[in-house]
Amino acid sequence: MSAHADTHDHEAHEEHHHKETFITKYIFSIDHKMIAKQYLITGTIMGVIGVIMSLMFRMQIAWPEEPNVIFEALLGKWAPGGVMDADIYLALVTIHGTIMVFFVLTAGLSGTFSNLLIPLQIGARDMASGFLNMVSYWLFFLSSVIMLISLFVEAGPAAAGWTIYPPLSALPMASGGSGMGMTLWLVAMAIFIASSLLGSLNYIVTVINLRTKGMSMTRLPLTIWAFFITAVIGVVSFPVLLSAALLLIMDRSFGTSFFLSDIFIQGEVLHYQGGSPVLFEHLFWFLGHPEVYIVILPAMGLVSEIMATNSRKPIFGYRAMIASILAIAFLSTIVWGHHMFVSGMNPFLGSVFTFTTLLIAIPSAVKAFNWITTIWKGNIQMNPAMLFSIGFVSTFITGGLTGIILGDSALDINVHDTYFVIAHFHLVMGISALYGMFAGIYHWYPKMFGRMLNKNLGYIHFWITAICAYGVFFPMHFIGMAGLPRRYYTNSNFPLFDDLANTNVIITIFALIGGAVQLIYLYNFFSSMFFGKRAVQNPWRATTLEWTTPVKHVHGNWEGEIPHVYRWSYDYSKPGHDEDFIPQNVPLKEGEEELQH
Amino acid sequence: MTALLTILVLVFITIAIWQMVKIFDLAQVGNSNSQIATDKDNNLNGYLMIGFLAFIYIITIWSVVELGDLPLMSNSASAHGPEIDNLMTISMILIFIVQVITQFLLHYFSFKYKGEKGKKALFFADNNTLEFIWTIIPVIVLAGLIIYGLFTWSSIMNVNEDEDPLVVELYAQQFNWKARYAGQDNTLGKANVRLIDIDRANILGLDEADPNAQDDVITTELHLPVGRPVLFKMRSQDVLHSAYMPHFRAQMNCVPGMITQFGFTPTVTTEDMRQNPDIIDKVTNINNIRAEKSKDLVAKGEDALERYDFDYLLLCNKICGKSHYNMQMKIIVETQEEYDAWMKEQKVFKNSLIN
Repeated sequence: MSAHADTHDHEAHEEHHHKETFITKYIFSIDHKMIAKQYLITGTIMGVIGVIMSLMFRMQIAWPEEPNVIFEALLGKWAPGGVMDADIYLALVTIHGTIMVFFVLTAGLSGTFSNLLIPLQIGARDMASGFLNMVSYWLFFLSSVIMLISLFVEAGPAAAGWTIYPPLSALPMASGGSGMGMTLWLVAMAIFIASSLLGSLNYIVTVINLRTKGMSMTRLPLTIWAFFITAVIGVVSFPVLLSAALLLIMDRSFGTSFFLSDIFIQGEVLHYQGGSPVLFEHLFWFLGHPEVYIVILPAMGLVSEIMATNSRKPIFGYRAMIASILAIAFLSTIVWGHHMFVSGMNPFLGSVFTFTTLLIAIPSAVKAFNWITTIWKGNIQMNPAMLFSIGFVSTFITGGLTGIILGDSALDINVHDTYFVIAHFHLVMGISALYGMFAGIYHWYPKMFGRMLNKNLGYIHFWITAICAYGVFFPMHFIGMAGLPRRYYTNSNFPLFDDLANTNVIITIFALIGGAVQLIYLYNFFSSMFFGKRAVQNPWRATTLEWTTPVKHVHGNWEGEIPHVYRWSYDYSKPGHDEDFIPQNVPLKEGEEELQH
Repeated sequence: MTALLTILVLVFITIAIWQMVKIFDLAQVGNSNSQIATDKDNNLNGYLMIGFLAFIYIITIWSVVELGDLPLMSNSASAHGPEIDNLMTISMILIFIVQVITQFLLHYFSFKYKGEKGKKALFFADNNTLEFIWTIIPVIVLAGLIIYGLFTWSSIMNVNEDEDPLVVELYAQQFNWKARYAGQDNTLGKANVRLIDIDRANILGLDEADPNAQDDVITTELHLPVGRPVLFKMRSQDVLHSAYMPHFRAQMNCVPGMITQFGFTPTVTTEDMRQNPDIIDKVTNINNIRAEKSKDLVAKGEDALERYDFDYLLLCNKICGKSHYNMQMKIIVETQEEYDAWMKEQKVFKNSLIN
């Protein structure tokens, strides 16, 4: 391992001789720290677009079919006289889902922090392949651009829901958005998947091969474990979505019948014969379900790390945390059918998926209890990152618990595709993952930009966001249990639901406030880049290796030799030491025992 | 008007936030401004954690009191409905207990162990007994839930053909529903969308040569006799739809190219359900809301909203295109005699064709 490190030193020195131009430093950079920042900023821009979309359709639900100048200004021909069109409503819902799940919470979250932290925390000069890493980012950028272009096509963007079930997504006669809009959606997603696979392979290889001397797998911070396993899930499941997308493209453009059969639409019978939309659902959810863990596992890793650091305590049950990540990862690939209990598949299959799905509650419960025990008898430093981490555990529990209802096939019959589902997954993977991302940004901002975020703005950001998140999604469980289906442009055609209208207004008001508060965060994020207080090397007094690198970024991360590692990453408040943290590169004292990890 | 209000609200919120930031900044004058939490921050946020815990409890209580009394949650109208409702109630109580306890621990610990300078945290990295306890408890609880759930599921999904269920086809298309009754022989005639002949009014594509199809009856309202098991066969002619009948705790997707099925026994007639005190409350409440809205509409010179009367509904619950939000069919549960009388008025398939 040391010989390996030496060659790396050598390379790093050689690179110093090359003069960096603006283009190689800021645009086609192969430095993982710059690529992480590129991911973060692209993800942020996509996030802003996704959130604005959600606010627009929330306003439509609260005040259905009322003219709104915001709609008129932003939607143009899709909101004649300021009244939102029903097609564009579905398109907004579709693109909001796609952007938030893939472009913000997959690429923006995992892309940012895997790139930033894997080399820094394992003690590597860079990713295994800097070039692939750069290609991965630029494919992601390209796919984002294509996705945004799809918003402007004549017949409208994809409007078949983010799950794009055929035949709706396959037939332009069935939905205007299933023409050019859907083609661009599929192309963007195919490129996105390629980007994600390149990134994941790079993460896996880097974690396995480039750990510094002494950094055994059981000394890795939980962040790295989470990123590593996430990458493995991605490599296993994303190709299946790619094949589903390719087959759908074939059905749409080349007349094959993988997913279509016996269709009569607009007065004519189509030639499709023998395909099955249920097959698409299987292929889609074979990725789609692991995808929610691709989103949440990195957030769990970040939160574990931040909770330990700010509680000044070791993470409780390090090995149990790793075991539960592995268990969740394994189970996540065999539960996809719980999205399909009423799809028409064999009810016996439903039983199997109920069984495997409810099992996921076990490792999830272990994680939740371990986090709670981690803060027990801690010395909790209430930095904004810590607040978001506590918020993460709170929403993860609230949202996760209702999974017990949705995962139970008998109960799913009546709440399937209602607002109950919306409430569940937004809390457990949407808001939670977003909290994990915010926690990560507040915590590692000094590492990324060399400056500190303003903590008071951070506190305001957290508390108002936290209240709004519950205000939006908690009542949604109840309107879902009242039978209100999701993806309805307006509920006014059902007098049955008239008594839910006020609740919908309340939800929308919370959403608008919550959305507006993110402006504070954006202001903080962008202004601190230039005017924030300069960061010290290790502001949070953390033990992991990234805080041993200089504040100013250098190619190759460490100016001298890569530090060696002598202990696990959670030696906080260890008895027998003066400081309440011992960095991983500090050798054991004489007579000091390393925990059996 | 709404837009103006929205903008005003947003402006006020922005101003409020601006002021809060200023207050926070003023309170910090003289501090080192290192952007790392001080004891004062720890203290303040610790108390806010308790406040937030209270907020979670309040919004839970408010939701249960204001929104939890939903006739759709109780008063199911099918034989298997109470099974689902019981399982739901048990699951909800369980969730509620776990939620209350874990949120308390999380927020209370955050408050109790808020940081102080000079204090040292407890070095507590591992405890196998604890890990075992909170692995085994979920295992036991979930084992119970899984077993209960699976029994309920299989009893709902296994349709007993010996009970001679009434066979009804639910036929979905963008954006409406049709029902097809099997007629005297209680056997649906063969059908395929390729046989649709709009000119001859063969709108569901029935096989005109199939003897079983001759007495089939196609309707736009779903009438069901109370107390008799019904076996629904679902079909779709264009895209995915989902036949969602929330009052009966029933749902199944309609998939082009295949036939799906769901069976249940309606137990309460529409008339009886309208007399149910919970439903009367709900309907009164809804009519008050509608009367209120009508006032505004009349003032604007538009028509007032119609009075609402309770009816069972079949809704589309799978995104199916532009008018997905208005794809519904009325369901009427009635006595056998009423049902027979209604059925007698309907045209059978062979007589409905235009030659």
